[in-house]
Amino acid sequence: MKSTLNFTLTFLGIIHIGTIYAQEFEDYSETLKDDQITIEMVAVKGGTFVMGANDTTRKADEKPSHDVEIDDFWMGKHEITWEQYDAFVFGEFGPEQFKSKETLNDLGIDAVSGATPPYVDMSFNMGKATHPAVNMTQYAALMYCKWLTSKTGVFYRLPTEAEWEYVCKKGKTDEDSNLKNVAWFKENTNDKYEKVGLKTANSLGIHDLLGNVSEWVMDQYDADYYSASPKKNPWNTPSELYPRVVRGGSWKDTKDKLCCTARGQSKQKWKRRDPQIPKSNWWHTNAPFVGFRVVRPKIQPSKEDIKTYWLTAIEDYGLN
Amino acid sequence: MKPKKSQVTRRNFVKGTSLAAGGILLTPSLLTASPVFNKTKKLKLAVVGCGGRGTGAVSQALRADENVELVAMADAFSDRLEKAHSNLSKMFQTGKLKVKPSHKFVGFGSYKKAIDAADVVILTTPPGFRPQHFEYAVSQGKHVFMEKPLATDVAGIKKVLEAAKVAKAKKLNVVVGLQRHYQANYMETYNRIQKGDIGQIVSGQVYWNGAGVWVNPREASQTEMEYQMRNWYYFNWICGDHILEQHIHNIDVANWFIGGHPIKASGTGGREVRKGKDHGHIFDHHVVEFEYENGIIISSQCRHQPGTKTRVDESFQGTLGTAYTDGGGSARLKKYDGTSIYTHDNENDINPYQQEHNLLFKSIRNGEVISDAENGAISTMTAILGRMATYSGKEITWDEAMALEHKLVPDEDTLTFDSVPPITPDVNGNYPIPVPGKTKFI
Repeated sequence: MKSTLNFTLTFLGIIHIGTIYAQEFEDYSETLKDDQITIEMVAVKGGTFVMGANDTTRKADEKPSHDVEIDDFWMGKHEITWEQYDAFVFGEFGPEQFKSKETLNDLGIDAVSGATPPYVDMSFNMGKATHPAVNMTQYAALMYCKWLTSKTGVFYRLPTEAEWEYVCKKGKTDEDSNLKNVAWFKENTNDKYEKVGLKTANSLGIHDLLGNVSEWVMDQYDADYYSASPKKNPWNTPSELYPRVVRGGSWKDTKDKLCCTARGQSKQKWKRRDPQIPKSNWWHTNAPFVGFRVVRPKIQPSKEDIKTYWLTAIEDYGLN
Repeated sequence: MKPKKSQVTRRNFVKGTSLAAGGILLTPSLLTASPVFNKTKKLKLAVVGCGGRGTGAVSQALRADENVELVAMADAFSDRLEKAHSNLSKMFQTGKLKVKPSHKFVGFGSYKKAIDAADVVILTTPPGFRPQHFEYAVSQGKHVFMEKPLATDVAGIKKVLEAAKVAKAKKLNVVVGLQRHYQANYMETYNRIQKGDIGQIVSGQVYWNGAGVWVNPREASQTEMEYQMRNWYYFNWICGDHILEQHIHNIDVANWFIGGHPIKASGTGGREVRKGKDHGHIFDHHVVEFEYENGIIISSQCRHQPGTKTRVDESFQGTLGTAYTDGGGSARLKKYDGTSIYTHDNENDINPYQQEHNLLFKSIRNGEVISDAENGAISTMTAILGRMATYSGKEITWDEAMALEHKLVPDEDTLTFDSVPPITPDVNGNYPIPVPGKTKFI
């Protein structure tokens, strides 16, 4: 096990620029005092890895395996919890809640909007507080990142599919001889998710990457993407609402579904109990097995590049 | 010991059409067939109330049957109507959407022209207006899909019950959007309770504890009437409070599984958290004890308070075991030693919102009759009884409540946006809030 140095940063309003940590690429905790939440971030050194799988037992959409180069970034140690997510859903959105207009402008942000509160119980009675937040759309998960960015002045986003798989493989997450030590899945849960961080972390110190809840990544799902994806920091930018990629499997999945290369995809039917048209941009009604974690690139991109990450919502007219 | 088919004498209560688990419709044998629309006859559809739910219901109706087309729309507000039309245009080809500009009816009273233009009508305005719309639709011989609740006051309930009788006599199909009746986990649980899987029900708990809903703040240009219509959730005459507007779903499940309505209610409630000027005069929490015949007690909780524990489900205790159901599609029946009687797998369940319309149109085509209105009215009244109990802090019986001249809603045909609404704010912009111990119904 790699021992991680915990390095806590307090944001005093003078430290904003990501590059300042170039010499100090360490784990840290992001604390929002007003919202009483802390998000632990783990430093992940970039590198080149083989993405996908070539062996005959794996699915066609995991092929061909191919070399991918990933830059340094931080990744959330845990899935975002309900208390961390509710701070956004039920937060105040006055300008005083966020960084200065100038700072926001540098982050490609002109406005931050909050999710509508859900009408029903989105936790499906499986637990709140430090259980993982679920049922949010990919757009909502990304808007959470935008909210976090606007509060801290530091660029947070969802991981790309490649970054997620890189962490999973580099951390040897699915190599544990006994998967139940690191993951919650159908055979070892009671038909529900569990509090984050109860299982052993992977070798990078990241918990629950496999199982517990599937995790949104930034990409459009395309079964053939691997045959044409760029080598360096690939990201299949979404242009359609469905399907988008989720990774890692969840409490609902059988053990064989949990591995670093398996690719999940979002479905229209995850909103089947939304009686309104258009359907909610913020909530699924039937995805209590999907959550997310955040990442932060070590080198903060330019304003123009950041803007490409703030996807706009595509209205959902529901086809089933 | 085999339980009796019904645990409660059905006073003023006739069981609605029962659906077998497979979704097969059992036509009441006392009714002869209504006129059959053969498969190819175009059915004309109209919608009254063009919000998100109305638009959703139209999209389900248009998908439920090949030969149905939307021909008319009505809403109090033209912007709501146009938005709905534009959303539907993105979903459907022009073959299904045939609403001429002259068939877009706007304002108070616009429901009549829309209903006149159709064979089947969708009634999805806020509930205060439902009785008048339903009564008119039935008088004009239309088949109806209408959303819950069916009224906000006792006068409205009586109007709906009368119209329900007329609809039956005319063999009109009436489907009500208490969609749990069309949802597989609930249907299966109901059938198993009927069979005696958990014995006789003795008690239960039903919940809609959530964070609350949207607010549409006042705009300077609005008359008081327009403001209340736009921010309708917070005004009792239009909405009926969340114990009615949302929690009716769970209260309705209790009535359904027990097989009757309560004989009395007592409870407590108030405005603890949500008490701003834009929150009208409704409560943000209600806790009610409903007592049924034979001493069965149902505890009901509903809450609109952000940050509190959320929960939307139903539990029942029987003499032999327990049942748990929720809108997410779960159903778990267990014996008291913890062993499972039944666990529902909802993986391939049909969307209940779509199923309502599939069965409505199938029934129309086959000359059969679905009659949901009476059950919808009884469940609506049950929630109103709960609201009376929490507002007054008194115990109120079903019969006392039904005997009241309780009328909150004016005749829509007399209203304009300059009319004075039934409730108005004081000089500081605050509305009169019900006070337990002072507010009186009986």
